[in-house]
Amino acid sequence: MKSKSNRPVTHQIAAAAILVLLVWLVAYPLALVSLESFRTSGVPSLENYREFIRHPNEWRALWGSLWISVASVALSAAIGIPLAFLFSRYEFPGRRPLGALVALPAVLPPLVGVVAFLFLYGETGFAARLVEHVFHRREAPWRLEGPAAILLVHAYSMYVYFYLFTRAGLAAIDSSIVEASAALGAGSWRTNRRLVLPLLRPALTGAALLTFMTSLASFSAPYIFGGGFRVMTTQIVSTRLNGDYSMAMVETVSLTVVALLGLFAIERSGGRDRATGGKKGTAPRAKPIRSRFSRILVTVLSWSFAIVLLLPHATLLLLSFVPAGTWTVEAFPPQYTTRNYLSLFHEPERLRPLLNSLWMASGAMAAALALSFAAGLVVVRTSARGRRAIETLLALPWAVPGTVFAIALATLFGVSSPGTGRFVLIGTLWILPLAYLVRNLPITSRALLSGLRGLDSSHGEAAASLGAGPWRTLGRVTIPLLRPAIAAGATLAFVTGLGDFVTSIVLYTWDTRPMSLEILSSLRQSDVGAAAAFGVLLMILSAAVFALGSERTGAAS
Amino acid sequence: MSGYLRLEHLVKRFGSTVAADGVSLSLERGKILALLGPSGSGKTTILRLLAGFERPDAGRITVHGEDVTGASPVSRRFGMVFQHYALFPHLDAGQNVAFGLESLGVKGVELRRRTAEALALVDLSGFERRRIGELSGGQQQRVALARALAPEPRVLLLDEPLSNLDPSLRERTRIEMRELVRRVGITTVIVTHEQEEAFALGDLVAVIRRGRVEQIGTPEDLYGSPQNSFVAGFVGRASSVTGSVVAARTGIVRIRIENAEWDLSSAWSDPPNESARVMIRPEALRLVLPSSQVLSGKITARRFTGAQAFFTITTAGGAMVEVSAEPEAANLGDSVGLVPRDRGIHVFELAGNEPEAGS
Repeated sequence: MKSKSNRPVTHQIAAAAILVLLVWLVAYPLALVSLESFRTSGVPSLENYREFIRHPNEWRALWGSLWISVASVALSAAIGIPLAFLFSRYEFPGRRPLGALVALPAVLPPLVGVVAFLFLYGETGFAARLVEHVFHRREAPWRLEGPAAILLVHAYSMYVYFYLFTRAGLAAIDSSIVEASAALGAGSWRTNRRLVLPLLRPALTGAALLTFMTSLASFSAPYIFGGGFRVMTTQIVSTRLNGDYSMAMVETVSLTVVALLGLFAIERSGGRDRATGGKKGTAPRAKPIRSRFSRILVTVLSWSFAIVLLLPHATLLLLSFVPAGTWTVEAFPPQYTTRNYLSLFHEPERLRPLLNSLWMASGAMAAALALSFAAGLVVVRTSARGRRAIETLLALPWAVPGTVFAIALATLFGVSSPGTGRFVLIGTLWILPLAYLVRNLPITSRALLSGLRGLDSSHGEAAASLGAGPWRTLGRVTIPLLRPAIAAGATLAFVTGLGDFVTSIVLYTWDTRPMSLEILSSLRQSDVGAAAAFGVLLMILSAAVFALGSERTGAAS
Repeated sequence: MSGYLRLEHLVKRFGSTVAADGVSLSLERGKILALLGPSGSGKTTILRLLAGFERPDAGRITVHGEDVTGASPVSRRFGMVFQHYALFPHLDAGQNVAFGLESLGVKGVELRRRTAEALALVDLSGFERRRIGELSGGQQQRVALARALAPEPRVLLLDEPLSNLDPSLRERTRIEMRELVRRVGITTVIVTHEQEEAFALGDLVAVIRRGRVEQIGTPEDLYGSPQNSFVAGFVGRASSVTGSVVAARTGIVRIRIENAEWDLSSAWSDPPNESARVMIRPEALRLVLPSSQVLSGKITARRFTGAQAFFTITTAGGAMVEVSAEPEAANLGDSVGLVPRDRGIHVFELAGNEPEAGS
């Protein structure tokens, strides 16, 4: 039985305040962009859309976004699902450490991953140089460019979604279901096809959705590797850079429409909320591989795969010790130095992006947590009106590519009109943290809402019956019990902000330039070592935060 | 009406369902009241109204003359033990017990002393630093009790406090809990759906159904003088048989059941020729030889429980009556006659209260 609100008026005021804030930050910018896309020089018209339709480039970019995303889903599934089955179902030497290692690409912020790929598989990367040396060729044997390169990066970083979701799904399937199937005479193939795959469907749909949305929003890979090939995210940024704001808005709207259609289509096909069978009992245990040959093969292949996975990280680490301009034609860099790291901390110019990223990411994270927590309390604990709207608005930024939100916020905060809630924040310190905050909201709110829903309401009642007022209950009982959820939300939000490139490239100023943009500019100046050092730093920070977060999550449960 | 704790005409609705429908109860200081009823009867709602987690739509709650109807749970100083204990998993046993004391501003040495005292009260001395997850179910239950008692509340509320324990542990804990509550001398309200628990713990038992108090009294009252067929059926075992009233005069009613006529003590006030519901305890009938003057039937089931056996007799008219007797008194398939003893048979109006299966 849900406890009814004791002070519905204050609850309603809180709900209204949160709703207004969310509408202003989430819905309003998007509405504004849609509205503006229908105006040409201040007059309502369809001219922008006619222009959009007239240019085949626009269509090609939109089509490129769509098919790259679909292909990314297919590729990621093809890698991630078999891997998950392998690591969940079979026992072989190194299963546990490798099983954890396989999730590693998740630790690589998008731009860092792309840069690592560039250094590894690019024209002047290790792989190319190796081939040149072995076969005595003068030129790079390939060019890492276009759709194939983008797909390579996507598959590398996004199969993790399928891998993790499938493993979680498999773990949730009661072993007695599998045993019952065997007892009824079904072989393992039939069991997998008739029972396991249908039960995994919600997990697979979730992974497909996440992969589709991530690759539709992907910016770093197409930006660095796209060459002449455009997808809509890069198209939007370049159109805006060329000063054609109206066209950028039309493009933004078109990408949003594709994102929402994709979301709708995948959700429809999945039945995401279906129960995954009985939750009692245990997941099937991993079976040892019987045949000696298969066991050796699986072990060797898994270790090789792990090495391939680690290569980008290793490349980045190695290159971060290379002095600028010393690595020309050799297969391996001839000189090494720690100067790239030292200068990072000694030169204020270089330290600045690091500090910027740190304070902006932590500020945005803290604000997103606070807002999500307040919203969560209203949604879960009260019967105030507007709770559904609050929940929808919190989740909305997830369904919209980062580039879209960047453009939308730039539109909202590029004009001073306090009467309509618009202030000039572009070019100030506040625009980037604000953008990160909006992008963090789906992450933090998802964690906190499910955390709050999972709390036993009797804990709060017990505290009240022991004389604790609302604030003491919050501080001593609710928040400590929510610690795992808070840690999970905080970790993901912080790492997202720290590595952000998509929104930053649209909204940054010289004073607020984050690490990602410093990596980009080092790359442009061919200062490979500095770019790599920043990359390594970003990677280590992300990994450390993840480790800290999972420790927190684990300790409290 | 006197009483330390008083509930007056409490009404609570959730949407269209009425969870408490004019509940009035009164309890002397230091007494234990058990709210007994089937699940969904509204007994937990009454407890939550008492705790202050729900506000009544109408009615009044007073403690020692003070109206606490609108008081927050924080300010009414009632202790509560939750069905699943609701111990704070991130705090250890001592911190859980100290939680309510800290709300009162108790600090330092005093806090440690009173925490230790509360733990000693439930036989858990030295358990301060134990994590909740390390405690057994029975120990958790006792920590929950210590936590509720530590701030010395005015009233102790227990929500199915034994339902999460193993049956073997339950009986022992029941005895310990009753002794403890007695020793502390605290006014207590306990919710349970088990008659045995209610009888063992309560000085008074209130039978609740559909948000109403069907009857309140000592366990002996409820068993010996149920006021309606629901109470008769819910408290203890009873067979329900339909009869017709042949004659009624002060204190005695003559009932015809099939071919037999029984004179039963009853406060029946309606005129004769009415149909009546006759509730018969298993020990209220004697097995005799069948004849045309006594209610007769065949033994269709026999359940052996040790000292005695329960025989189900299906009468010629199709009624089913359960009778307890010596295990050797009869065999399956025997024809027997049934004669009433002087107590254990209750006559009620047929309309209205349908009996429900007791536990």
